[in-house]
Amino acid sequence: MTRYIIQRLVYMIITMFLIATFTFFLMKLLPGTPLSAADKLSEEQRQVVLEKYGLDEPVPVQYFNYMVNLTQGDLGISFQFDNREVTTIIMERIGPSMTLGIQAMVIGTILGMLLGLVSAIYHNGFLDYGSTFIAVIGKSIPSFVFAGMLQYFVGVKLGWFPVALWEGWEYTVLPTVALAIFPIAIAARFMRTEMLEVMGSDYITTAKAKGVNKFGVVFKHGLRNALIPLITVLGPLAIGLMTGTLVIENIFAVPGIGEQFVKAINTNDFPIIMGTTLLIAFLFIFIILVIDLLYGVIDPRIRLAEGE
Amino acid sequence: MDKHNPSKDLFVPVDRAGEDSEKISRPSLSFWQDSFIRLRKNVGAMIGLFVLLFIGFMAIFGPYMNEYDEFGQDLSRAKMPPKVEGLGWLGMDGTLTSVQTAATVEEAQEKALMRFNNQEEFITTTVLTEGGNGQEAEVEAVYDVYGAKNLEENFWFGTDGLGRDLWTRTWMGTRISLYIALLAAAIDMVIGVAYGGISAYYGGRVDNIMQRIIEVLVGIPNLVVVILMILILEPGILSITIALTITGWISMARIIRGQVLKLKNQEFVLASKTLGAQDNRVLRKHLVPNVLGLIIINTMFTIPSAIFFEAFLSFIGLGLPTPIASLGTLIDDGFMSLQIYPHILLFPAIIISLVMIAFNILADGLRDAFDPKMRE
Amino acid sequence: MEKLLDVKNLHVSFDTYGGEVKAVRGVNFNVNRGETLAIVGESGSGKSVTTKALMQLIPMPPGRIKEGEILFEGRDIAKMNEKQMQKIRGKEMAMIFQDPMTSLNPTMKVGNQIMEGLVKHQKMNKSQARKRVVELLELVGIPDPENRMKQYPHQFSGGMRQRVVVAIALACNPKLLIADEPTTALDVTIQAQILELMKDIQKKTDSATIFITHDLGVVANVADRVAVMYAGKIVEIGTVDDIFYNPKHPYTWGLLGSMPSLDSDDADLYAIPGSPPDLLDPPKGDAFAARNEYAMKIDLEEEPPMFKVSDTHYAATWLLHENAPKVEPPEMVKARMKGMATNTSSSSSEGEQV
Repeated sequence: MTRYIIQRLVYMIITMFLIATFTFFLMKLLPGTPLSAADKLSEEQRQVVLEKYGLDEPVPVQYFNYMVNLTQGDLGISFQFDNREVTTIIMERIGPSMTLGIQAMVIGTILGMLLGLVSAIYHNGFLDYGSTFIAVIGKSIPSFVFAGMLQYFVGVKLGWFPVALWEGWEYTVLPTVALAIFPIAIAARFMRTEMLEVMGSDYITTAKAKGVNKFGVVFKHGLRNALIPLITVLGPLAIGLMTGTLVIENIFAVPGIGEQFVKAINTNDFPIIMGTTLLIAFLFIFIILVIDLLYGVIDPRIRLAEGE
Repeated sequence: MDKHNPSKDLFVPVDRAGEDSEKISRPSLSFWQDSFIRLRKNVGAMIGLFVLLFIGFMAIFGPYMNEYDEFGQDLSRAKMPPKVEGLGWLGMDGTLTSVQTAATVEEAQEKALMRFNNQEEFITTTVLTEGGNGQEAEVEAVYDVYGAKNLEENFWFGTDGLGRDLWTRTWMGTRISLYIALLAAAIDMVIGVAYGGISAYYGGRVDNIMQRIIEVLVGIPNLVVVILMILILEPGILSITIALTITGWISMARIIRGQVLKLKNQEFVLASKTLGAQDNRVLRKHLVPNVLGLIIINTMFTIPSAIFFEAFLSFIGLGLPTPIASLGTLIDDGFMSLQIYPHILLFPAIIISLVMIAFNILADGLRDAFDPKMRE
Repeated sequence: MEKLLDVKNLHVSFDTYGGEVKAVRGVNFNVNRGETLAIVGESGSGKSVTTKALMQLIPMPPGRIKEGEILFEGRDIAKMNEKQMQKIRGKEMAMIFQDPMTSLNPTMKVGNQIMEGLVKHQKMNKSQARKRVVELLELVGIPDPENRMKQYPHQFSGGMRQRVVVAIALACNPKLLIADEPTTALDVTIQAQILELMKDIQKKTDSATIFITHDLGVVANVADRVAVMYAGKIVEIGTVDDIFYNPKHPYTWGLLGSMPSLDSDDADLYAIPGSPPDLLDPPKGDAFAARNEYAMKIDLEEEPPMFKVSDTHYAATWLLHENAPKVEPPEMVKARMKGMATNTSSSSSEGEQV
């Protein structure tokens, strides 16, 4: 097991290295510099600015410096905000993004699982159609449309929760709900299919033949076996949430990484774009790793195969 | 049991010749016939299909149904609310409504009139709450924008902040979404299927190399790839197309590879090969028909996510540049004046939601129809 | 002998999109205490559905017990609700399933799976239950039970898993054990072991057993009585001797004829032509008529009643009617019967209608 984890970590580092290299050279192809055309600078002033960003060096040296800095967690200096380190900007803004992401993930998967479970237990019944309908709607309607509906109806018309900004717990409610609809839908659909399949399997009949009651059959025998495959969708879900935060933070004016990222795109602030891209890539790879390991913990078949 | 005695002459052997005990009692249906019958019976999928056909029709002909064009700006008619004759009861009566509160009825009324530039002849006010006793007075003002601006023609979906006709722009944006849908499907079918099929069918070194390439591509989040590609290529329909081409086919390739690998080792393929069938024949007669259902289902699920991706990119400003309309950019515009002019957001939001729901329901229906496990 | 189970006119149907599939169409049989009844028949003959209906384990819907009574110690199980059934399942009746690879929960330790019934029905505490699990695992021949009970099913071989399934079924000393093709999914050598185990357990416990199989070799080995099912009905029922040495139904002849044996020198097997009827729309008259080379006009008109051959032996074929022409079993089947029945006295071949 330890060997497996180490092997996976090595792969993870290699992938990160490749992504960083790829990102760096792509950025070099881009026309943008910290100097916008509007700035009327003398040749000397230009030189000073380029030196500050290390852009006066030849590209291979720039690459080397970038990689060395990267290992120390230094992502460079923002073009847009003078003298502000990208790492600092990201650290300042990671809080709200994490709060939203984790709240949406936890609430979304739990609600989704419950919906899926209800669907499977009352298969082809009224509740099943109801929760399948919710799942289709939730999967189909883009999060930014849903966010707009929430803002207009719940925020403006009903006035239950603040429409935007980030000044306390109640400000997290609408963006969390807007983000959670996607995991709810995916988890519900997946849970329903898995649970139906598990409930049709032979060992469930064995459990029934033992005289186990419905509750025991569903929760003790069914749920655990249906949960194992559910773990595989947690990865795509988390990634979907990351995509979601990019727009949701903008709509609700949440001072998070996503909002910063979209701003950076609109102002060609490449160090921030690069830093955020690497962060997203890192989280992506890290989540996949965690989920693979989690899979081993929950499924005895994999756990023991690794151990032997 | 009754103890009656059947007549004696029934106890004679029947002539068995000419009868066929091997005959199959149910009509035989091909896989496709069976699937389509099942699909036709699926009400949800059929509704989805008709919604898509309708939206497709409107995307093609909608922009020509009135005289406004996509880019025609006119600030004098900016932010007109939607108006359709006969659909006033749906709220599409060309008026804006505002509820104002103040300490007294008069003050509230004044505020309400102010809200619409004091054009009193086109404003009707209704008192909702009289106020007094510490309660605030509420006055609702309904403003007839078309009357005030003396406009004869109606804007069915209203206009945006620059006075562009939203009906035309919404349907033009729908065209973009449907183009993306076709594109995603084509990429999946051509690149994904070919890649996965070749990788699995030839196996060995070919498979090994092709799989390593996929593993590298999969390790890179496709959001990152798309964003980087678009930054380099400048936003536009071409860069979205390229971005989708780079990442869109991977899951299809993996699914097809898995399925072909499974099929390749199955007895019926082996039997066919043993009987001397050529590669070509094995592919055409055995592999393709068995993966076709899977291809269709998977394509149908790729389409809505591609549509979403385009709208998402346009929404965050990486998609289509202004002034081109896409559902994503229209929705982005709509957010700017959501509180007062919700109609700018409403129509593109409804259309994209309908397209997404319809594709998803149709995809679900197809999956149910093509899944041979469901066959009875 | 005392009747433990008495099934009367049992009908089970499944409601599908195509219509009502009549899987079991009026089955009558009984099981006495401590005896073994084998139910044989082709796939789709309704043998599995019949026994699953006994424990109300058919999925409902689409399945339903349409009519009939299942009297277990005098109580009608067919009318019981889910709560009442839960008290019977595992405690009074237990079931052994066909495929040991899928009938154990992959994420639960083997010991816990056996314990579940004990804790539920016998209100044992953990340590009592654990002791009983060790006993049971020893009984079914699993070495090192103390450690094995802490393992997961995937750590057991197929044969060992089937022993675990048997142990689960035996946990609460059920009065009736239903074995649904318990050896079909196993290797031949393992099959023999499991059969030996089943016979051994029959001796050690006083459970009655219903043994479902399509393997007549197995039947001869374990059963006291045999019921032959075809298209949702019992077409012939009798003691093992009745069925093997004096079969009356042409379908039974076919089954016997299609059984390979070492002592018959002829290389050919007797094959029953055609396939079973579609139970969505069962044919008029005798369901077997279309495949029966001895079919008479009456077979196409009217369903045959059960004719009594002897006190223990009944068969549903018009050939036993007094008006029917004398028909002898095909030579090949006769030879096979003779091979098996060298020292058995043949009972009367003339039946009387019940």
